[in-house]
Amino acid sequence: MPEQLVFAMEVTLNGLMAGVLYALVALGFVLIYKASGIFNYAQGVLALFAAMTLVGIMQGQVPFSHLINAVFGGHVTHFGWNVPGVVAIALTVAVMVLLAWLVQVLVMKHLVGQEPIILFMATIGLAYFLEGVADLMWGSEIKTLDVGLPQGINLWIDETTFNIFGYGFFIDNLDIVATVIAALLVAGLVAFSQYTKQGRAMRAVADDHQAALSVGISLNFIWVLVWSVAGFVALVAGIVWGTKSGVQFSLSLIALKALPVLMLGGFTSIPGAIVGGLIIGVGEKLFEFAVGPLVGGATENWFAYVLALLFLVFRPQGLFGEKIIERV
Amino acid sequence: MLDNSESYVTEDGRTIGGVVMEMKNITLRFGGVVAIKDISFDIREGEIRAIIGPNGAGKSSMLNVISGFYVPQEGEVLFHGKKRPPMRPYEVARQGIARTFQNIALFEGMSVLDNVMTGRLNYMKTGLFSQALWKGKAEAEETENREVVEKIIDFLEIQHIRKTPVARLPYGLKKRVELARALAAEPKLLLLDEPMAGMNVEEKEDMSRFILDVNDEFGTTIALIEHDMGVVMDLSDRVVVMDYGKKIGDGTPDEVRNNQDVIDAYLGVSHD
Repeated sequence: MPEQLVFAMEVTLNGLMAGVLYALVALGFVLIYKASGIFNYAQGVLALFAAMTLVGIMQGQVPFSHLINAVFGGHVTHFGWNVPGVVAIALTVAVMVLLAWLVQVLVMKHLVGQEPIILFMATIGLAYFLEGVADLMWGSEIKTLDVGLPQGINLWIDETTFNIFGYGFFIDNLDIVATVIAALLVAGLVAFSQYTKQGRAMRAVADDHQAALSVGISLNFIWVLVWSVAGFVALVAGIVWGTKSGVQFSLSLIALKALPVLMLGGFTSIPGAIVGGLIIGVGEKLFEFAVGPLVGGATENWFAYVLALLFLVFRPQGLFGEKIIERV
Repeated sequence: MLDNSESYVTEDGRTIGGVVMEMKNITLRFGGVVAIKDISFDIREGEIRAIIGPNGAGKSSMLNVISGFYVPQEGEVLFHGKKRPPMRPYEVARQGIARTFQNIALFEGMSVLDNVMTGRLNYMKTGLFSQALWKGKAEAEETENREVVEKIIDFLEIQHIRKTPVARLPYGLKKRVELARALAAEPKLLLLDEPMAGMNVEEKEDMSRFILDVNDEFGTTIALIEHDMGVVMDLSDRVVVMDYGKKIGDGTPDEVRNNQDVIDAYLGVSHD
């Protein structure tokens, strides 16, 4: 087999795995958008906040310790214990649910019936606010996150491919785990939104508030639920990305990578987020591999956005988005 | 006068039961504007009760008070003889009061079937996980609810559009889907806000027939608001007439038709 083709295969595989990670972030956006019509700018920060909280809890950090020390002049930073990963994750989920409730009670509840642009602006404010709170709560230094996910080269794939092609593929174990997690998460979310009473109620609320009320759906409850689920997805994304590249401010910027994914897949489609993520992941890796050397590289920085732009011009609703139907 | 718990039989042989819903001295204000002024009336089990009046009389406000969208400043709402505390609209819906809207509130992105299924949400009791996994009781429950829904869809003759997204439907059919969704909740009281507004004669006849059939077949108590006097007089057992937020008449269609205040409100008074 020609060497170039083998390389291309490895690049494609790695692209698929990167795509899964993009899709993971995009999912959070799709969920909130489908359920409340809000484009949640804070989704990336939500992932950062979740990851920081998880690290903080695991390391037994005292929340707001800087603030406490500054006001009362103490020197407390840690409780002095370490919390095992699983327990810490459970506690973080609880924190995210609490956060969801606070967002609903303090912000969204007061904006019922407002224009989507107002709600969007509110999430921008929320993003900056949360960013500050996260730093104040857990400190702004770069942290490493290790909840026990396997990392490093997968030797079995390396050996197998070496035996077949005479060239060992480099596939990171973490990427494989991320793919499995993402698949489980998506299956769970699809089952939730399609088959459960709460899922149906969620879709109903997204469509028409008044009508939802008239069939006995509590808007407050559904919104807390939606933000909780988004918080949970953010936590999963935060764990995977945080393990991969450390927990730091730039984690919240992964949200930017999710935008082209959404434009490709459509803002309203869960499968769209997956396929969009995969296309962008594979596309940018292959493009870098094939065209990169000709133009001096670094195409990964812009490829996704150019692709998204093309989609906006030729298929604005994305691959799977709902076509806007309106009778006149 | 009938006692609150007494029942009687109408000319066409339907039994009208005791009082289900009683409005006592309801006053509703929006700032300085008084939308409803000290109105009392009741709705009996199994009857078709109409609220009529010229534009701006406060009919829709009245319906919104019953369904919990507005909370009146004064007065009491009694449901099954018990005073109802101020409630959120979704709580009212859970008590068995379903409604339709003047300018249609449907879930446009969902199919007709899914729209009608949302009417069954409060009948679904199984847990989140068994529903998601589609196992055991959840499956039986979904089947059961589907049967009720399919029956209503058949009844309202909208089988042919079951899978169509609601946004694609013409106005008249949307109104029918909205009625189907309200019926799916098997309401104790069904509120219809101008069910025939904007329809042509044929569609109006269809809708009238459905309303009568629903009342006849399921024994549903119905309160409706309508502009079209002819339709109202044919449909309803008793009529409340409102004008400028006040009640100016209450009784059978014949009584109301011959009420001088009502005639004045509708035709105007000559000043000579």
